[in-house]
Amino acid sequence: MSDIFTDTFAWLTDPDHWSGSGGIATRLLEHLEYSGLVLLIAAAIAVPVGLFIGHTGHGRVAAVAFAGALRALPTLGLLVLFALLAGSGLMPPVWALVILTVPPLLAGTYAGISSVDPTVVDAARAMGMTELQVLFRVELPNGLQVMFGGIRTAVLQVIATVSVVAYLPLGGLGRYLFDGLVLQDFPRMLGGSLLIAALAIAVDLVLAVAERIFLPHGLSIDSRGGHKAAGDLAAAAPAGAAVQGGTA
Amino acid sequence: MEWFLANSGTVFQRAGEHLVLALIPMVLGLLISVPLGQLARRNRTLRTVVTTASSLLYTIPSLALFIILPPILGTRILDPLNVVVALTIYAVALLVRAAMDAFDSVDDDLRMAAVSMGFKPAARFLQIDLPLSLPVLFAGLRVVSVSNISLVSVAALLGVGNLGILFTDGLQRTFVTEVVVGIIAILLLALVMDTVLVLLEKLLTPWTRAGAATARQDSQAAKFIADAEVHAEAAR
Repeated sequence: MSDIFTDTFAWLTDPDHWSGSGGIATRLLEHLEYSGLVLLIAAAIAVPVGLFIGHTGHGRVAAVAFAGALRALPTLGLLVLFALLAGSGLMPPVWALVILTVPPLLAGTYAGISSVDPTVVDAARAMGMTELQVLFRVELPNGLQVMFGGIRTAVLQVIATVSVVAYLPLGGLGRYLFDGLVLQDFPRMLGGSLLIAALAIAVDLVLAVAERIFLPHGLSIDSRGGHKAAGDLAAAAPAGAAVQGGTA
Repeated sequence: MEWFLANSGTVFQRAGEHLVLALIPMVLGLLISVPLGQLARRNRTLRTVVTTASSLLYTIPSLALFIILPPILGTRILDPLNVVVALTIYAVALLVRAAMDAFDSVDDDLRMAAVSMGFKPAARFLQIDLPLSLPVLFAGLRVVSVSNISLVSVAALLGVGNLGILFTDGLQRTFVTEVVVGIIAILLLALVMDTVLVLLEKLLTPWTRAGAATARQDSQAAKFIADAEVHAEAAR
């Protein structure tokens, strides 16, 4: 078995495999481009709706049911269905991926906003803030930590699913898996798989670092020191509240 | 509909394969996660290791894992065992955290009361901790069930038999009906599994219907479901 790893290592370190139109650099870029496009469209839909639901509480039941039902949809089935109905090209699979990405983003945004201590929100209102100020200056910064959980899930899900679109066939790192399968070239398949796994882990790390950089800043920018202390107090009190305050 | 009637035998056979590939990892995952969760809950180092490893493993996309596993396990690429092992890894990654949350949700006063009544550690775990953790554990199981059923279909891309074959075959033949039947069959399978889990939970936790005493467990379960919606599942 060790020779498979040697061959894969050789495949991965061969400079010829990194450059050119089918090279790893190009495939990696394609992978990130597709993922970015999907996330952008999905965020444009999910974040405003999530903010609205989280702030007003309207449509909460409908949104949870909707997100739950979408969760059971098989990724592959939806991708194939869109490709068959809407033809080849980049956009049909992108729309299929958007449908699959909206639920975690929506749930994350909504959960983040509704995780903010209601007394903090009431205090903001009592200070005379308008609803929009309450949402963007109080609820959004305080709910950001939980929202980040949803964003990370969504991003990882997209990166994983974009590997599947190579089957349709499109580009991205998934190409190596399916080309390798057809050619019976296992080092190529394994190399591609390792690249996808490495990409997912690297992106998750970047997001974790981004979360660390953005969070305290987001909380301190509005001089929310008092609120943070209030949150800590609430977390220290009943077990249930402590859990709710935790990261998603 | 006509196609389904003409091919219902194949569809049911694929659904059977699909169910087996989704169920075995769920059961294995539960059997591994409960003891591991209990050990990790009491040992800080192990808890850190388990939390880190589970989130790392959960990050790896399933399609990649289906291909990385064969050389490690010494299996062939088409072997359904790869799918079972990969999905078991995901199930453990998710359930071990659910198990730790679940055991944390049990009131310490109850544990102490049990000890003072003379329960030995093993008996206390099996008769007090475990039953009271069921609502949170079941919340985790429901997430695993839905995500497993969706993930199994990805294995069809490599040729492993399940309902996902209807998608790959439908694409090759540009036959929409087959794909739609596959989607509906998978949705139905997920729905049936979820219903079975809900009923099983009701059966195993008759006291939750009695009233407010379990509000704490309920809030834990609700929290886990909310977390999972944000965090876990994801058709990867």
